[in-house]
Amino acid sequence: MKITIETLIRNIKDYKIGTKIELSGIIYTARDQAHKRLVSLIDNSKQLPINLQNACIYYCGPCPRSSDKVIGSCGPTTSSRMDIYTPKMLSNGVKLLVGKGNRSKAVVEAIKQNKAIYLLATGGVGALISQKVKKAKLIAFEDLGPEAIYELVVEDFPLTVGIDCFGNNLFDEREKCF
Amino acid sequence: MREINSKDIILQVEKMCADINYNLPSDVTACIEAIVKNDKTISDNILQEILQNVKIAQKEAVALCQDTGTANFFIKIGKDVNIIGDDINISINKGVERGYKKYFLRKSIVSDPIDRINTQTNTPSNIYFDFVDGDKIEITMLAKGGGSENASALKMLVPSEGWKGIKQFVIEAIKQKGANACPPLIVGVGIGGDFASVGLLAKKALLREIGSNNISKDYSDRENELLEEINKLGIGPMGLGGKITALAAFIETKPCHIASLPVAVNIQCHSCRRKTIIL
Repeated sequence: MKITIETLIRNIKDYKIGTKIELSGIIYTARDQAHKRLVSLIDNSKQLPINLQNACIYYCGPCPRSSDKVIGSCGPTTSSRMDIYTPKMLSNGVKLLVGKGNRSKAVVEAIKQNKAIYLLATGGVGALISQKVKKAKLIAFEDLGPEAIYELVVEDFPLTVGIDCFGNNLFDEREKCF
Repeated sequence: MREINSKDIILQVEKMCADINYNLPSDVTACIEAIVKNDKTISDNILQEILQNVKIAQKEAVALCQDTGTANFFIKIGKDVNIIGDDINISINKGVERGYKKYFLRKSIVSDPIDRINTQTNTPSNIYFDFVDGDKIEITMLAKGGGSENASALKMLVPSEGWKGIKQFVIEAIKQKGANACPPLIVGVGIGGDFASVGLLAKKALLREIGSNNISKDYSDRENELLEEINKLGIGPMGLGGKITALAAFIETKPCHIASLPVAVNIQCHSCRRKTIIL
């Protein structure tokens, strides 16, 4: 199902775990060190380099691009490393989280409380995902190299709902089956 | 004494960085293709996406995975080889630095584990040497992603725990973190040696081609048994359920102390980027 970020946020309750979507809109890459800095800025009441209201955060550190391409390989990294920072990101406005793998109980609870959603991208297919990125712009923390924040305009990014806004978790469902 | 110029080593390593990051080894691709073709009950499109990605990466010269990894090298140096120019450690690292820059590969190494400043070169590499007969140098490169490396584990068992204890430890490690390591996995198990060497054994196990048999019949049977049990966990591709959690399980062993039974499991994601060249 093709959908824009705005429509997804408006109808967030309709997107149950296991639903496959192709997402279009503006997303921001941020992984370990970028999260550490963002949360530190929040804690010190400083200005953030991106607006977190209704933002979509993608756990990704892309490869550099060659001159004929928008971006290099850009698949998801393991989300759980960001678990410690995520509740604060959500309480400050983030609505969509994109990554791979399971999350902590605290993150599931924070997703539920903030009516947010966690979307799964396929790991290890960064070349394929790079073709869904139409524009990429460096926004902040350039010194972090691959861990800098990039603004990406994506079209039809293939994702699966991993944790819905009611706190249902696709990984729990799998465990019940086996 | 045969002479090899370090410039040749640098150039070959530089090229290998692109080769392994743009092309999945044919044994890995063939294994996934066979699973998709032979088992129509597999409904997920994750394996299809992986195969699609292999084609795009090769055609467009884009890295298979954005985590182009720590560059690991396993080098066999013949005793009748003399290297002219830079020493081999410097040569390998120069090749990696040039290759990762030239071919738009991500630099994922930080200079200090606490301060975490990116070296911007993807070096230093991890380089392991074996000294052998002959007048050649064999260089095997494994670009290893961080996510799967983080799912790896090591434990000092006691001898009475035996194969049962080893299996339990490996299964538990995969149950705990396997879903985060981009399954379907390749599982490398090291048994024996000591605390320092067992991890390297597990890593070397990952260099084996899928479909290759362990030279020991007993260990070959144990590899099959382990693979079967891993695939009963139901973790499935990307941890979303299914009967394909691992493509292969390989075991490497070494003699050890009478008091010890070291075991290590090194997890490899489906994007198993490795290649061997001979100079």
